[in-house]
Amino acid sequence: MKPFRMLSRSIRDAFKSSIRNFSLSLASISCITITLIIVAIAIIASFNVQSVTKELEEDLTIVVFMDNDITSKEIEKTKNSFSKINNIESYDFKSKIDVKKELQKESEVLGTVLDGWDEEESPLKDTFQIKVKNIEKISKTASEIEKIDKVSVVRYGEGMVDKLISAFSSIQKVTYGIVIALILVTVFLIINTIKLTISARKREIGIMRLVGASNFTIKTPFIVEGMILGIFGSIIPILLTTYGYLAFYKHFDGHLFSEVIRLIKPEPFIYSVSLIILVIGILVGMIGSASAVKKYLKV
Amino acid sequence: MDLIRVRNVEKKYKNGVTAIYDLNLAIEKGSFVFVIGGSGSGKSTLIKMFYREEKPTKGQIIVGGLDVAKIKNKKVYKLRRKLGIVFQDYRLLPKLTVYENVAFALEVIGAKKDEIRVKVLKALEDVGLKNKVHNYPDQLSGGEQQRVAIARAIVNNPKLLLCDEPTGNLDPDMSMDIMKVLEAINKNRGTTIIMATHDRDIVNKMKKQVITLKDGHLVNFKQKGTYNNEAV
Repeated sequence: MKPFRMLSRSIRDAFKSSIRNFSLSLASISCITITLIIVAIAIIASFNVQSVTKELEEDLTIVVFMDNDITSKEIEKTKNSFSKINNIESYDFKSKIDVKKELQKESEVLGTVLDGWDEEESPLKDTFQIKVKNIEKISKTASEIEKIDKVSVVRYGEGMVDKLISAFSSIQKVTYGIVIALILVTVFLIINTIKLTISARKREIGIMRLVGASNFTIKTPFIVEGMILGIFGSIIPILLTTYGYLAFYKHFDGHLFSEVIRLIKPEPFIYSVSLIILVIGILVGMIGSASAVKKYLKV
Repeated sequence: MDLIRVRNVEKKYKNGVTAIYDLNLAIEKGSFVFVIGGSGSGKSTLIKMFYREEKPTKGQIIVGGLDVAKIKNKKVYKLRRKLGIVFQDYRLLPKLTVYENVAFALEVIGAKKDEIRVKVLKALEDVGLKNKVHNYPDQLSGGEQQRVAIARAIVNNPKLLLCDEPTGNLDPDMSMDIMKVLEAINKNRGTTIIMATHDRDIVNKMKKQVITLKDGHLVNFKQKGTYNNEAV
């Protein structure tokens, strides 16, 4: 089993080398650790922002009040016009009577007041509750709805929603940017630290090339070494995010500032974040050492 | 049969220096060839082109059926497995023992452990170092270190052994020891040996084929050549 023998040799060499060059390995590991911690925080923040945005989107509806004198034929016509607007995902019709019943259920005082009016003079209006597909286009959709015949008022909590959405989307972009920048910086640092270990073994690589080792054989121990460094480098960040997020979630009781901003439940979430961190650590280590060793394979 | 064929080869380095001009050669299988010439005559460049550390800028070099100039960087190992190389500075790994240094050449190409053991001991016997297998390079004399390097070069039974000034760092007695080892390898294993040197005594004593280079030109290629000053 030649490939197996070569692989076990690579792994053995990688372990040997990371122990032999302990101080350099420690430098690489701590460098991976620090950046992965920041990456982990950024990932958790970005996932939470995403989940809050999504929940807000799901909660958000446009309420359309129709004119008082609308007939059932005209209601059908309005429904038709809704289906022509692309951004509308679904709509829900509530007649005056439905609205009345709903309000009566909520408060007894309101109920008796409402009972005072009969059908004709009721101040209540037939309404539609509309869900949109893309929340960023909500104001455009609202103005389109306003143009439909017999529509009296359109409400969707204008100012506040717009601001929140644009704030969240920019937060998300910034966190993505930070994550990518950090990963690039780490790769760069790893390349340099591993270059130091490799230049100490330049002679060995040269001899390997001379006696006919394939580039693959030469590279593999270094790449495995990078993986090992990545794995060791991600241990502390994983522990820190797991216990840190659990404590954070508990302390704030699952939501920040108000009920609106709900945090993601820790249970499956921290596992997937840990996995992402581990994968990033391994990849960064591998890419770092692979590109560091490249230079010596040209002789 | 020719093991090496060199056709219209020119080598020009990137800094503009031309090391070899229009060279034509054929080296037979099993022969022992010296490449001689003064500094800057192109003998090291020629050896380097045989194992493709350098590529010819023009012409063709065939080594054991492989067109050296056309081998991609990734495939160089295929050529290197067919030949052994010995340098002036031995190039041993200081942290490995004699045995491990020789075994290294087989380990990296994925040979089996028992196969490695047999071949390494045979190679060390051929160079006369069987009693020093567990020593480290710094416990050996220069001549012994060079013999370890030769053992490593021949352990894979290559058809061709390239030597670039292998006696350059050794005194005359040690040099002669090395030459005896090389001659025995040439005779017993049938390995073709090409050796670049500027050691006059060795060339004159050995009476082998001699390629004389001067300023990148081939001066002559004699069957039982000597090193004379007029030619160089």
